Amino acid sequence: MSVVETSPTRLEIPEPSQRRSFGSFLRDNEIDTRMVGMIAVLLAIWVVFHFLSGGTFLTPRNLWNLSVQTSAIAIMATGMVLVIVSRNIDLSVGSMVGTVGMVMAVLQTEWLPPVVGTGNSWIWVITLVVGVILGALIGAFQGSIVAYVGVPSFVVTLGGLLVWRGFAWLTASGRTIAPMDATFQLLGGGSEGSLGEVGSWIVGGVACAGIVALMVNGRRKRRRFGFRLRPMWLDVALGVFGCVVVLGAVWVMNSYYLPENLAAQYAEEHNIPIPDGGLQIPLGIPYPVLILVGVTLAMGFIANRLRFGRYIFSIGGNPEAAVLAGIKTKRTIVKTFMTMGILVAISAAVSIARLNAAVSGLGTLQELYVIAAAVIGGAALSGGIGTIPGAIIGALVMQSLQSGMVLIGVGAPLQDVALGVVLVMAVAIDTIYRRRAATR
Amino acid sequence: MVEMRDMSVSFGGVHAVKDVSIDLHPGEILGLVGGNGAGKSTLIKTLSGAQKADSGEIFINGEPVTITSPRDAKTHGIETIYQTLALAENIDAPGNMFLGREMITRWGTLDDSSMETAARTVMGRLNPQFQNFKVPVASLSGGQRQSVAIAKAVQFNARILIMDEPTAALGPAETEQVRQLMRQLKSEGLGIILISHDIHDVFDLADRISVMLQGKLVGTVNKNDVTMDEVLAMIIIGKLPDEVTTKELEQLHG
Repeated sequence: MSVVETSPTRLEIPEPSQRRSFGSFLRDNEIDTRMVGMIAVLLAIWVVFHFLSGGTFLTPRNLWNLSVQTSAIAIMATGMVLVIVSRNIDLSVGSMVGTVGMVMAVLQTEWLPPVVGTGNSWIWVITLVVGVILGALIGAFQGSIVAYVGVPSFVVTLGGLLVWRGFAWLTASGRTIAPMDATFQLLGGGSEGSLGEVGSWIVGGVACAGIVALMVNGRRKRRRFGFRLRPMWLDVALGVFGCVVVLGAVWVMNSYYLPENLAAQYAEEHNIPIPDGGLQIPLGIPYPVLILVGVTLAMGFIANRLRFGRYIFSIGGNPEAAVLAGIKTKRTIVKTFMTMGILVAISAAVSIARLNAAVSGLGTLQELYVIAAAVIGGAALSGGIGTIPGAIIGALVMQSLQSGMVLIGVGAPLQDVALGVVLVMAVAIDTIYRRRAATR
Repeated sequence: MVEMRDMSVSFGGVHAVKDVSIDLHPGEILGLVGGNGAGKSTLIKTLSGAQKADSGEIFINGEPVTITSPRDAKTHGIETIYQTLALAENIDAPGNMFLGREMITRWGTLDDSSMETAARTVMGRLNPQFQNFKVPVASLSGGQRQSVAIAKAVQFNARILIMDEPTAALGPAETEQVRQLMRQLKSEGLGIILISHDIHDVFDLADRISVMLQGKLVGTVNKNDVTMDEVLAMIIIGKLPDEVTTKELEQLHG
């Protein structure tokens, strides 16, 4: 075909050399500029709070606690991204955490022990499985009303917010259930709920190897198909950066030691002599964080590598086009809400394990933080746009702000004000940035 | 190749399409024209699977077929390019080309690399200058998006292509590009049904023209046997060329 295009099309004009910026460099090499920006903001927040708090923010103890506190919200935020991408919303997650959490608590403390024997090592497994199934069922139920009856998700999940909060109370008649099963408790982190030094290094090593493998495989695939390769130095730099971050995080986790008395107890139990300076037993990666990492990998895989994820994005981008392409949109929506439900169950498990108790108010207001995390991470409520890693960073940003404010002594009401302001500012900046990018 | 006999579609009490019969031969472009509300889009949706007909039969290569969904239509080699292009803005060109029909690796994951390669191959034939395979289609121009929509049809070996107002939102250069594409596809033996309100486009491209007015078929004529005014008369007044008077023809131009 030899038709000459006389009308200039936007991306066919080569950029004049003055326009080549860091931003266009990143874009040309398929690096998400927004993500880079967000990481920069997160680091800035950390540094600022470190100074404001007189050097207590960037300590292993604080960062360890920060990571555990972020987990519950971040786990759910990964699912909320997909819900928001599909042009829906789920306001009921906090209340669902309440119901599923209470059910899991009562199951492991009151219903299972008489049946399988107290302290049975299967209790935590059965509890978790039941919780996940319950979460999936509630999610599928809400999703079906949205997809098949056509009630807007805002309304369905608003109803759910009320209904599941009520059920949370009804499950145990408003009682507080505590403590949890001994093994189940480990899911919440804490002195015994972490991997320990060796385990953490192993995980770090595996993660690093995984990053390198992904880079190598990515390059090989591009070469095989004849696609443009990123410059070698960039790929190497990214790989090294990834490994440094992962191993650095493991090092931080391993720098948080058991409190002295617990260390002494451990030493006694294991017949280890206590050296003069005191025994330092590193805690390592807490289980909630490990769970979060697993969830993130799984959700990232679903969003990017499975048809299910692609269909969610297409429904968000153009629901009509999705239908015309033969995609089973209703089924996809139900599955999206079901996934959210499963993540709610996992998050609830982590929360009740960490608190070692379940109250009927469990999870109250969490839906707001989860949505805020997803949105700060780049999910657009108009649908079609959002990333899983973005949601994690969004959750980290919010939790860092909150913990930082606690460290410097800001009261709870002012914390709420600050978080709300940050949320709106983040989306405002994003909106302006997107508008400018679209008209450039 | 395609024969639609006595198609009728009603919405409530309104006959959007009433007893319309058209047919399409391989290697020809059939222009389907009519004013707003004539029923052209509705008629064509029964062929593309987006609308169920209340009555009527569809034959493809002589065999009767039932088309109840867009997937059905695609199995019969019918691809549709909708007026709104039906592209997901947030997904890139290969993703849109393969939407709903993705290539899968043996582990069940999306085979993005193969899809990109296939997209590059097809686009290379249709629009060799197109290079933006990794950006969301929202950043593409109207002409580029149109070529993505057409590439989708070509990728899946459409034998019957329905194009609903393909050049409505395009500038002159891009319109010419689409016209070239259509001529090329026609020479490859595809049958194309072209819906357009632009009588010049239709006259330039179509071999035969079917005119609809208020849900009914006014008639089907060979382009070479009629003048543009006579076709206009069919569209506006509903009279066939041998029925219309010279005075009426003059009146068309106010």
